[in-house]
Amino acid sequence: MFRVASRALRATKHRPTRLVEPARTFFVSAIRTEGLRLNSLDTFTEEENMFRDSVKRFAVDVVGPKVREMDEKESMDPTIIQGLFEQGLMGIETSAEHGGAEASFVSAIIAIEELAKIDPSVSVMCDVHNTLVNTILRTYGTKEQQDKWLPLLSESKLGSFCLSEPASGSDAFALQTRAKKDGDHWVINGSKMWITNSHEAEIFLIFANVDPSKGYKGITCFIATKEMGVQIAKKEEKLGIRASSTCTLNFDDLRVPAENIIGGEGKGYKLAIQILNEGRIGIAAQMLGLAQGAFDKAVPYTYQRTQFGQPIGTFQGMQFQIAKAAVELETARLLTYNAARRKEEGRSFTKEAAMAKYWASQVAQDVSGSAIEWCGGVGFTRETGIEKFWRDSKIGAIYEGTSNIQLQTIAKFIQQEYSR
Amino acid sequence: MRPSAVRLLNILVPIKRAVDYAVKIRVNPEQTGIDLNVKHSMNPFDEIAVEEAVRIRERLKDAVKSIKVVTIGPPKSAETLRTALAMGADSAVHVEIPESAPSPEPLGVAKTLKALIERQKEGVDIVILGKQAIDDDAGQTGQMLAGLMGWSQATFASKVEVNPEQKVANITREIDGGLEELKCKLPVIITTDLRLNEPRYASLPNIMKAKKKPVEKLTAAELGVDITPRLETIKVTEPPKRVGGGKVANVDELLTKLKEAGFTGKRA
Repeated sequence: MFRVASRALRATKHRPTRLVEPARTFFVSAIRTEGLRLNSLDTFTEEENMFRDSVKRFAVDVVGPKVREMDEKESMDPTIIQGLFEQGLMGIETSAEHGGAEASFVSAIIAIEELAKIDPSVSVMCDVHNTLVNTILRTYGTKEQQDKWLPLLSESKLGSFCLSEPASGSDAFALQTRAKKDGDHWVINGSKMWITNSHEAEIFLIFANVDPSKGYKGITCFIATKEMGVQIAKKEEKLGIRASSTCTLNFDDLRVPAENIIGGEGKGYKLAIQILNEGRIGIAAQMLGLAQGAFDKAVPYTYQRTQFGQPIGTFQGMQFQIAKAAVELETARLLTYNAARRKEEGRSFTKEAAMAKYWASQVAQDVSGSAIEWCGGVGFTRETGIEKFWRDSKIGAIYEGTSNIQLQTIAKFIQQEYSR
Repeated sequence: MRPSAVRLLNILVPIKRAVDYAVKIRVNPEQTGIDLNVKHSMNPFDEIAVEEAVRIRERLKDAVKSIKVVTIGPPKSAETLRTALAMGADSAVHVEIPESAPSPEPLGVAKTLKALIERQKEGVDIVILGKQAIDDDAGQTGQMLAGLMGWSQATFASKVEVNPEQKVANITREIDGGLEELKCKLPVIITTDLRLNEPRYASLPNIMKAKKKPVEKLTAAELGVDITPRLETIKVTEPPKRVGGGKVANVDELLTKLKEAGFTGKRA
């Protein structure tokens, strides 16, 4: 048994630290390598490629002309939201039965990336709706809840994910919003802050604590509609992703039917942690698209603008900067898509998702900042839209888990692996 | 052969995979053609044709029985068929030619389409093609097909209205003088002009549904058609580079220069 096991070990280049592991490794890796097709990380199915082309065209033709106006006015154009629904971009992974496209998680990531190349505000709207709101219902909703809510979310109603509060951001589960049982209803009181999509959303996933004595184990996820009495208060005036609405929400004796609890009482913490893991890959895709969009806008200009008798992009100093930026883009791309495929394959992806989000937001800042400098004065003026990418990139290191939180997550994994 | 009185319409839409309209094309070093190692997509006029077929169905509903798309091209053309299926076509035919084979010419395409139409047991009532392909700009296939089939034709259509009960189509054509309205008896060949419609984007749910739609593979030989090219391209060059202009002092000098260059009717 050990001879067979060691052959398998050599074949898969696996080096476990204990003798007990070989038997287990043999079974797992043999099954895997037999059915596995080993592809390069940027391999996509025909549908995924067709989908990328389709979203790209929609982004360029429909979103593109409105980007500047939406940014200056700090407002999302309703026709863009409608267009996203019509294109099937708001139910990417949802089943056909519920009005969705039944496509892969990577397809959602592709859509988020392509939208971000044109407008990161539109991209984050699509991301939150798909990877947070839809996924929660698909994963934790009962059949009745899915039948009720998913078709609405696929066809016309924008969703919003409400976790953060004035006093709890990174320390999310110190949230203060309370829910008290009242017959067959729950009464929610409290506020949420920094909530994306909230201005245009009609469906809200609200995290409230039903039993503070249990600490985070009392946190529960409720689904509510605007009509139930969700109050949209102050809309933030931001540095970047200005077209994406970010508002404070108030709940003043908001009554929600008991059947609107998703995932069960007290399960909100686990649900949120799991979902935010996936959402991380979505943000990585948004930052990746942003960086690529800035790069794609700036680099052609450097081959047209001539100074001292040659295109500025051909000066060696510029070439080296552009090459380094291209390398950074490739690393962010591979981290993002590999984390996404790992999730599709059912493998653990928490560490990889944290790495992708942390790194992509970094790359987005660097590349978009360089893009401005490469274009000189033209990069600094708002007309060309290059500086917008840099402003939009800053949020990448902050929302859906700050960079420090991501680093902490990664460090925990490393500590686990290395300190046996 | 002639469609009977009570019958649903079958629409055929031939499409071509051509160099994408946004690509900056370059002549290849041998000067035999353009560099084809670039992005390809469905010919824009063919997209308009597919869109029109889908809109006819949206207007006439059950009166349209099937929308079939066909392409004559290398294996990669299958992608173009899938896009058409995602836009709303029901089924596709791929007349496959080898990767290395030269691009088929309009007459070869028209003959192949004729063979396909005659092969269709249920007949074809409307053939909608793009008015021209943006790679060769020939603008001949639709007209040649109409001639071979002996069918009515309306080219450069900017508006199409089909009346299945009367078996006619009212078509507005864009011509040099303005607009011409034709009433054509079915079966009819229509070629699309730019202003006919704005093609839809293939939405994700439709892309996923397109996976399940049937694609039939054939060869020109199986259809009994010879598509060997009859034209030989001798040379392809870029347009001559713009030579600098000059300044003139006044209108008289301008007139003199124009006469010298031979741009007026009068001799210098």
